[in-house]
Amino acid sequence: MSVRKFKVWRGDSGGGQLNDYQVEVNEGEVVLDVIHRLQATQEPDLACRWNCKAGKCGSCSMEINGMPRLSCMTRMSTFEENETVTVTPLRTFPVIRDLVTDVSYNYTKARELPAFAPPPGVAPGDYRMQQIDVERSQEFRKCIECFLCQNTCHVVRDHEPNKEEFAGPRYFIRAAELDMHPLDAKNDRKEFAKSQQGLGYCNITKCCTEVCPEHIKITDNAIIPMKERVVDRRYDPLVVLGRKILRRDQIAPTASAEPTVHAGPVKVADDMAPVDFGREPTPPLPPELNAKGHVNLNEMLSDRSAAASPFGDDLSFPVDPKGLNYYHPDKH
Amino acid sequence: MTTLATRPTGAKARAEISAKTLRTDRWWLAPLITAVGLFAWVAYATFRVFMQKWYWVDEYHYLTPFYSPCVSEGCEPAAAHFGRFIPDSPWIPYAALSLPFLLLFRLTCYYYRKAYYRAFWMSPPACAVPDGHKNYSGETRFPLIFQNLHRYAFYAAVIISIFNTYDAIMAMQKANGDFGFGLGNVILWVNVIMLWAYTASCHSCRHIIGGRLKHFSKHPVRYRAWTFVSKLNTRHMGLAWITLATLAITDFYIMALAAGWFSDLRFVG
Repeated sequence: MSVRKFKVWRGDSGGGQLNDYQVEVNEGEVVLDVIHRLQATQEPDLACRWNCKAGKCGSCSMEINGMPRLSCMTRMSTFEENETVTVTPLRTFPVIRDLVTDVSYNYTKARELPAFAPPPGVAPGDYRMQQIDVERSQEFRKCIECFLCQNTCHVVRDHEPNKEEFAGPRYFIRAAELDMHPLDAKNDRKEFAKSQQGLGYCNITKCCTEVCPEHIKITDNAIIPMKERVVDRRYDPLVVLGRKILRRDQIAPTASAEPTVHAGPVKVADDMAPVDFGREPTPPLPPELNAKGHVNLNEMLSDRSAAASPFGDDLSFPVDPKGLNYYHPDKH
Repeated sequence: MTTLATRPTGAKARAEISAKTLRTDRWWLAPLITAVGLFAWVAYATFRVFMQKWYWVDEYHYLTPFYSPCVSEGCEPAAAHFGRFIPDSPWIPYAALSLPFLLLFRLTCYYYRKAYYRAFWMSPPACAVPDGHKNYSGETRFPLIFQNLHRYAFYAAVIISIFNTYDAIMAMQKANGDFGFGLGNVILWVNVIMLWAYTASCHSCRHIIGGRLKHFSKHPVRYRAWTFVSKLNTRHMGLAWITLATLAITDFYIMALAAGWFSDLRFVG
């Protein structure tokens, strides 16, 4: 056991500072253990998001000595005894409190990306694929959505305005996964990656690959192949000419006519209300306070027998499909 | 719990951290080494390309890759395997047909892009270290949008590699027509093999060979070729630096022989 020095960022969207702490560290511990000990012994209201402590849930992403990392996978033994370990929240996303950030940018980008399109004429359950055809896509399924790649990518980290145009590495691997999928029926994914996801913003400096805790070769196996596929479709005059002459995989030039998904509500299907992918969901109302300014914790004083709804008491289900910020194929 | 958790207020502010980067490791070392390495190599290559002498060892038919194919009217007749048709000028390299394409191949290479964007353009210098620029549009606009034509530079590099292979074969015949083999031949062959490995490990090559397919099972031969190129591709960075080294060593060795600084170690003839 030893006592080590730490600097932990504390604050919220209004501001904050790096506080100094001295915390006990035992053999075999990781940074998340130290954060928990800090909560238990010195700072009971330190906010930190975590779940599995096994590097599989992707919740405990933070920046440790300036590098985006999973705190549950960063061993204390990798630091010197007398080294001060600095722990800060992810810089690219708005901070909620202390080490917890609002990663909803990523969920907006996820909603914008069209899902797997089932092949026509094949019923679910009858899908058949060769192992070698799905292997490439399977690498990308390892993603645990820790958003370290999204956080480290300088396109959005250092240039906030690019967030609108740029989907980020996590969604490039998703795009590549679907474009390489042997049964996906959608054939304008290359166009989509270029014009809607902002693939051209990537300058392949490979930081996403460097920080990926699942060791997905994001740049080599997803972004560069996707860039090359876009070249086939958009930039290579010989391939474009060859496709025209041989009349191969003719597709409608959808992307140029398509509205940018970031612009506002998008008509996804003819018989459906337009979907506003970027709509901010209404935040749930805060719980009612009593005369003393506290929440009524006593069941006797509460107006219902069960716990409050995690979605907010003002929300009733089913939600009106017109107000959704995603595309629900069954709800019109 | 007696206190209320802070709710998202709708204000979208990032955490206020004054330090530009909190990295404590030597993150500046890798871009520094890259910058010094690339700068030194480009300086040497430029110096040699415009030197216009000591590029051909007539006795053993060694031609340096920096002058291959030698097509200038200033070339020595024996070194010009493919004719001499480019005007002789101190400003035009003797291999003016191949060098611009080789430069383009390396400039648009997916590895070198990473290297020089980090080391020279500081965009970003290292992961989680701020970009040195205020605005950023990536490779979406002129001139960087032309990075997308890497595959054409790859086609050119394949053709030039054939010329280099031809040079290596020709170098096994001495001036008197007999077979000969020396240390110079070993260096030339190592260089050619490494150039082929670097060219074949190119990301565009990987795409063209099989990466563009959706159904590997329908194209078993291309799948096997893709698997092979993929294995090479993981070493693209290493090969990029190895070929810079082999090119410079080959050129220096031939320069030294041509200038008479030392003589070739001969194994046969």
